[in-house]
Amino acid sequence: MVRSTSSQFKSNVKEALANEQLQHALKSIKTGFVAKRKIASERLEEFEELRDQARDIKTHTIAHMDVYLEIYQQNVEASGGHVHWAANEDEARAIILEICQQADAKTVTKGKSMIGEEIGINEYLEVNDIVPIETDLGEYIIQLRGEMPSHIIAPAVHVTKEQVAEAFKKTHTDLAPDRSLEDPDDLLSEARAMLRDKFIEADVGLTGANFLIAETGTSVIVTNEGNGDLTQTLPKVHIALASIEKIVPTLEDVTTLLRVLARSATGQEMSSYTTFSTGPRREADLDGPAEYHVVILDNGRTDLLAGDFSEMLRCIRCGACLNHCPVYNAVGGHAYGWVYPGPMGAVLTPGLMGLDEASHLPQASTLCGKCEEVCPVRIPLPALLRRWRDQVFERDLTDWKTKWGLKWWAMFAKRPALYHFLVGMKMQVVAKFAGKKGHFKSIMLMSGWTDSRNFPAPQGKTFQALWKERNK
Amino acid sequence: MPNSSPKASFSSGPKVGLFVTCLVDLMRPSVGFASVKLLEDAGCQIFVPESQTCCGQPAYNAGDTKDAKDIARLIVDAFEEFEYVVAPSGSCAGMIKEHYPKLFADDLEMTPRVFNLAKKTYELTSFLIDVMNIQDLDVSLDQKVTYHDSCAGLRELGVKDQPRQLLAQVEGLIIEEYEEAETCCGFGGTFCVKYSDISDHMVGKSIDALSETDAEVVLGGDLGCLMNIQGKLSRLKDEGKESNLKVRHVAEVLAGMTDTAPIGEANG
Repeated sequence: MVRSTSSQFKSNVKEALANEQLQHALKSIKTGFVAKRKIASERLEEFEELRDQARDIKTHTIAHMDVYLEIYQQNVEASGGHVHWAANEDEARAIILEICQQADAKTVTKGKSMIGEEIGINEYLEVNDIVPIETDLGEYIIQLRGEMPSHIIAPAVHVTKEQVAEAFKKTHTDLAPDRSLEDPDDLLSEARAMLRDKFIEADVGLTGANFLIAETGTSVIVTNEGNGDLTQTLPKVHIALASIEKIVPTLEDVTTLLRVLARSATGQEMSSYTTFSTGPRREADLDGPAEYHVVILDNGRTDLLAGDFSEMLRCIRCGACLNHCPVYNAVGGHAYGWVYPGPMGAVLTPGLMGLDEASHLPQASTLCGKCEEVCPVRIPLPALLRRWRDQVFERDLTDWKTKWGLKWWAMFAKRPALYHFLVGMKMQVVAKFAGKKGHFKSIMLMSGWTDSRNFPAPQGKTFQALWKERNK
Repeated sequence: MPNSSPKASFSSGPKVGLFVTCLVDLMRPSVGFASVKLLEDAGCQIFVPESQTCCGQPAYNAGDTKDAKDIARLIVDAFEEFEYVVAPSGSCAGMIKEHYPKLFADDLEMTPRVFNLAKKTYELTSFLIDVMNIQDLDVSLDQKVTYHDSCAGLRELGVKDQPRQLLAQVEGLIIEEYEEAETCCGFGGTFCVKYSDISDHMVGKSIDALSETDAEVVLGGDLGCLMNIQGKLSRLKDEGKESNLKVRHVAEVLAGMTDTAPIGEANG
């Protein structure tokens, strides 16, 4: 598996909270994505109905995934393309490398692909002397910085524009060192200029896929920069890399999903570019690759399909749950330690990496429910997080403090007479300890609370004790 | 009625079992008495089963299904005889209403019982508006308040307008909404101690947003969230950040019982 630091979640969190640049960068999520989604969703009268339809399309497809994948393969092959099945990331990497080597590739341009991150394709190609070049601006920035994406649609959301300028000056050493990179447009033009030649030189273009359409054998990508189009049409070989749950039965279904995707993600009605690729270049086509390959990855997803987490496979990777999650907004994506952060990552990561590695993620949530409220395909994310917690508890991965705290509390909670006898009058004593302040500044075994907050003192006798007195 | 203490009353209104909740029982009984007053004024007969402790949510959210079920059975036994069950908490009412049915989904004996209980369980303000249709609270308070929507009440039970409709009936009271009213304050039950760094950061953001209003009091329907917000406000004050914002459960204001000290402050 690709490097993960999910097991060090707590120390990742400490770093993230202390990182001022990160905290500054994260502020843009609320004013950007969140505000724009709200406007876009309210402007479309049938948005809630579309979410129901989107959910139903995905639920149906997941229930018949084998059938639709088979139809998809037939239609890709009928249009002259090739389908490769990869059970895990090793197989996926080997398939991609082989296609690249057969094309005698020196450089590979890349569209944004989370599956590419999941299988660590960049590192693998580099080790095998092939240069991967990210062409999505965000991905390009984090490639220069040697980082993982911190967001599934805005990979560099954790980076401030000053940090981007710094990375550009460090890398683009041919350019005048004193050039101005203060305006985001300057950064964009510079990246475009740097990438222009790479698009033309590349031997292979590797993209992800937002959807695979069974009835036509088509892969669909959405981008806002047009980089995906150049990546998949200019080189002589196009590889689309996707996981099994990207399959959708029909073109009609995709149009429904597209209507909720961009609105949920960026608040756009549609992404700037929505590109459908079916097979290699045909004779009458003006452009397109000579070879068209689709690599379809499982990597643990059929296990999810068969288990308690199949609803997670509805996810269309819009990022709305990240944008709206107060935990994600506090710590950013890197703290989650692997490719998928936020609520969707907290459900998916234990499924793909194992619970031992990722047991913190489903626990580090207040279950506030905001993610489910905005999910375009209505994934019950809090319920799925709870399901992981059931397993955390069953497998005894709960930390000892919480476990014993809960055991003690449950013992009393299950014995009302004992409970009321013990707490009935005793709260008065506790209240007295607080004295004139009405709160405590520190409480033994509650340092998690009292390190940063005072703890309000109880009023005195319990309600039950007072109620008894009143009704004597 | 066994295990229950009916208030001597000639009311013929609905029999309501008051689910006090463990936090109100232990920390702030005044919220329980405010709830009793509101319900009695609405014409209800109040019963407080002694065999109640907690709804079981801490165990449920920690994945301890067995303890959660044992505790839930106690609550079902204690409350199923009443016409309604009311709790001064969206979180605990949500546990009974939304999660008990899931907890016993594969238990044929319990399923009809938990569904029956879920159907008649309400968060306090929701019960007062949606069932009792209270339109004329006889109470006044000259204060500017703001309201924090607790997550479970808001998203599991749809409690949003009900507390505001009730507060609008309080003479002299002005509601000034704050921008992050629907954003989680970071309490989250055991979350607030287990992941205290994140929790602290979240409540800090809530307080930043609260500070932008002119409100003198922040009200809410869940004691956990209110204790979290007050605890942070109080610590910030210790650290020199001036704020006169008080914190109260909405029931105290609606019942006109604001003579007790606000949360986290001492009487007198």
